[in-house]
Amino acid sequence: MTENVAVSITSTRHVDVAGIALHADLSGALFWEEQRLLVVSDLHLEKGSSFATRGVLLPPYDTLATLSRLAAVIARHDPRMVIALGDSFHDRTAHERLSPDDREAVGALQSGRDWIWISGNHDPMLPPDLGGTVAEQVAIGPITFRHEPTGAPGEIAGHLHPKARVSARGRSMERRCFASDGMRAVMPAFGAYAGGLSIRDAAFAKIFPADGFVAHLLGDRRVHAIAASRCS
Amino acid sequence: MPPRILQTSAEPAALLPSRFQQWFASRGWSPRAHQLALLEKAREDRSALLIAPTGAGKTLAGFLPTLVELSTEAAKRTAGAKQSLVSTGRGVQRTGGLHTLYISPLKALAVDIARNLERPIAEMALPIKVETRTGDTPVSRRQRQRRYPPDVLLTTPEQLALLLSSDDAPFLFSSLKRIVLDELHALVTSKRGDLLSLGLARLWRLAPQLRAIGLSATVAEPEQLARFLVPQPDGKERAADIVVAGGAAPPVVEMLDTRERLPWAGHSARHALPEIYELIKANKTTLVFVNTRSQAEMLFQNLWSMNDDGLAIALHHGSLDVAQRRKVEDAMSAGRLRGVVCTSSLDLGVDWGDVDLVVNIGAPKGSSRLMQRIGRANHRLDEASRAVLVPANRFEVLECRVAIDAIAENAQDTPPLRTGALDVLAQHVLGCACGEPFLSDELYAEVRTAAPYAELSRQDFDDVVDFVASGGYALKTYERFARIKQDKEGRWRVANPKVRQSYRMNVGTIVEDDMLKVRLVRSRGGGSGSTGVIARGGRLLGEIEEAFIEGLSPGDTFVFSGEVVRYETLVEDQVYVSRAHDKDPKVPSYMGGKFPLSTYLAERVRRLLDDGRAWAGLPEQVRDWLSQQKDVSKVPAVRELLVESFPRANKHYLVCYPFEGRLAHQTLGMLLTRRLERARARPLGFVANEYAIAVWALGDMSFMIRDGRIDLDALFDPDMLGDDLEAWLAESALMKRTFRNCAIISGLIARRHTGEEKSRRQVLFSTDLVYDVLRKHQADHVLLRAARADAATGLLDLRRLSDMLMRIQGRITLRELDHVSPLAVPVMLEIGRESVYGEAADELLAEAADELVKEAIS
Repeated sequence: MTENVAVSITSTRHVDVAGIALHADLSGALFWEEQRLLVVSDLHLEKGSSFATRGVLLPPYDTLATLSRLAAVIARHDPRMVIALGDSFHDRTAHERLSPDDREAVGALQSGRDWIWISGNHDPMLPPDLGGTVAEQVAIGPITFRHEPTGAPGEIAGHLHPKARVSARGRSMERRCFASDGMRAVMPAFGAYAGGLSIRDAAFAKIFPADGFVAHLLGDRRVHAIAASRCS
Repeated sequence: MPPRILQTSAEPAALLPSRFQQWFASRGWSPRAHQLALLEKAREDRSALLIAPTGAGKTLAGFLPTLVELSTEAAKRTAGAKQSLVSTGRGVQRTGGLHTLYISPLKALAVDIARNLERPIAEMALPIKVETRTGDTPVSRRQRQRRYPPDVLLTTPEQLALLLSSDDAPFLFSSLKRIVLDELHALVTSKRGDLLSLGLARLWRLAPQLRAIGLSATVAEPEQLARFLVPQPDGKERAADIVVAGGAAPPVVEMLDTRERLPWAGHSARHALPEIYELIKANKTTLVFVNTRSQAEMLFQNLWSMNDDGLAIALHHGSLDVAQRRKVEDAMSAGRLRGVVCTSSLDLGVDWGDVDLVVNIGAPKGSSRLMQRIGRANHRLDEASRAVLVPANRFEVLECRVAIDAIAENAQDTPPLRTGALDVLAQHVLGCACGEPFLSDELYAEVRTAAPYAELSRQDFDDVVDFVASGGYALKTYERFARIKQDKEGRWRVANPKVRQSYRMNVGTIVEDDMLKVRLVRSRGGGSGSTGVIARGGRLLGEIEEAFIEGLSPGDTFVFSGEVVRYETLVEDQVYVSRAHDKDPKVPSYMGGKFPLSTYLAERVRRLLDDGRAWAGLPEQVRDWLSQQKDVSKVPAVRELLVESFPRANKHYLVCYPFEGRLAHQTLGMLLTRRLERARARPLGFVANEYAIAVWALGDMSFMIRDGRIDLDALFDPDMLGDDLEAWLAESALMKRTFRNCAIISGLIARRHTGEEKSRRQVLFSTDLVYDVLRKHQADHVLLRAARADAATGLLDLRRLSDMLMRIQGRITLRELDHVSPLAVPVMLEIGRESVYGEAADELLAEAADELVKEAIS
């Protein structure tokens, strides 16, 4: 590892690296221990009901599923602050379709900590009655949190839903992943119905200019760091 | 049991009008007994199932009643009188109108049959109009067909469903007298058969006078198949009459007596290539059947490499471009080919009179399937079909031996009639709502007249209707988005025209594997694998399974469309390959084929093994192999499960021989490794073939069995189909694929929007994610029930696994060995060749990560 690492993602809890050490949680969340900051991206709440309005009656349990996983990771890390990194809601009116129970669950997660909704392309206008603060982007120390990646150093973004496929011994498997080159990172989507975009897509080449970045794949029990060039 | 008619009592003269008798005479034919029998059934107003081998004049038999009826009806119609409309109270009905529907599993077959019918109609100058309707029929012609239907319409199950979902279905079908179902034995084994049965049920209501004729190859349970053709009365069984065509000469089948050494494993039959080539050379036209596309590719390539005589040998399989396939078929009918290497893509279809030999490479899988293939040779009844079986390895010798015995006994092993699938029912319910609005009570009664749905419970039916309406979720949040709605009288109708449009675009039950187009480009070298570096375009070679490509890395070589190609890159749904100059492909892809060894042949193989005297009928090499097994370990008895344990290269192996087919073995292998992991045997992987499973582990399993830490009876206890199965299903890729098919067929997810088919890459959400969420939050949802029912007989073959576990209870024999046994060699050789199964994601990922470390260090 070089000296000028601005963002370093570790998949084990207690690794300290020059620059800033962030813990890639198996759930797809990112935890900044020093700051007690938890980041989740692309929750896409109410994606199921969004499709239902167009006649595709997906099971209406995705919001519940996503919030339950979020509650579990929050309980595990007890963060002081949570950043939802944009596209928290699948469409502009999705928050209106939240069931009373789910709305209450969001409130419970927010209590006792700061909560920042970064706006995304799916949810550019969030109402104030959701609790928390709405922002375009947030800078903490050398790091900027925003929804759409620009490739700037020190940036942590979402939006692209990175996933990677690994093949070995005639089998292959595809998982969500973090993508990072030590200078910037793109987070996996956290939402239960959020699909993925292969890290071999040209969109990633624009963000990680130099040759090579690492995919941190979410396994069943561990996060695995694999060179992007080895993935398909 | 309904009476079987072999000979009709009536005189031909009484059944055949003179015009027909003259026509038969003019062609030098006399009507066959089964053709007259079907005429007699028609006169008695009975539905009938005709069981006949290929070449028996089956199609003409099926249409004779229609032709005779229409010719006499036309005589009654006064000359010059146009069709007229009469009021029926509900609408208008025309005199005349559609008389006969013909349903074929292949649209190409419908087109060919139409052509074949033209001849007798023209030669007898019958005033009968015959038309086809398939996906290729232009819209204008389809509209005309609905307004001015022909006398005879030839079509497919999907087109029938579409016609039934239109408003004017009652108008169109009320005059229908007959329906002819061709290749019924093939149709009823899939969800297409379910869809067809529901369409039939609807037709019986619209046209109570309708009588059916089923045309089928020989099946194991004709009485069950005959139920398909008549409405099932509530709580009872009813079957159509059965007519069996006799007189076919029994086929002459032999096993290739190879001069070469028989391979232990593999499916390529490479050892027998010169002998296969000699067979092609010695005959006029030979069909060479193999079980998979990749085998076909490989064999075709190898035959050409030795084709010094320049014999016209062609390739035919389902993944080749349609135009290319059609070209091969035309060359074949024109008699220009000496040999065709083909897959099940040629199992059905029109008769080619000139095939004089069928060669079947590899495992026959089932006796009925093999008999149908052999029937492709020599479609003249009085001559025996000739076939040569070429086993590709030693186990396949056993399978070929028992298949030949089964054919000699005419023993059939077609699967039993299906229980109708709930996802297909969902599609049908939506289709019904697109036509005339329906009442639940009435539709439930109607659906149960279809044989596959005769046992359908009211609860399942209501759940399906609820699913179609608003998704069927316990959390009732989608009422306002409902696709079908009830009016005040309780009639269900579609909520808006968009729903109808979506139904029409997505009708059908064939969910293809995700296929990618393969294009040949010039190599750019390096094979970086990143997207967008290769110029678009390139010649289209055909299509390939996405799953196969996913297992490749750029630079890997494989055989496709008859040549060795190098995988370059994948862009959207296009695979770019370049010509490789390697002689041998790096990725062999010997996939075992779609169909597992039939239960019936498996039982016969076990009996053959158990009966030392019967070994006399086996080649010497195979006899020696079995004798060695007997000396070193044991040859398993019929009902016994032999388990062998032995060490090899620092690992410990457990091999067992259930003989239940690859699909059931894969499932068993997954469940065994889970259990061995719990027993701390540290299993690393397993491999399964049609006959055996080998599991390997770090733990010394022989020792663990001895000291009781592994109890074999408990290891193979049927209770593994409980919690272990549930836990595995949560992760299983096969189960997710099964669920995806159900989601598509049931209409939860549209395959096509505005006429364009979506590839999985463009679908906006993943059905795997939907599966995970639904499983956790509503495990008894109707779609999950449908997927489980599929898993019982489909990719996971659970029913067969469960039967096997019951059979072997208390009959497990262990042989602790120092090294691998002769019987274990074939499955051990598959390791590294077949893909290794297991769902241990972390191990695979860790392995990839470790390689990275190695790369970094070096």
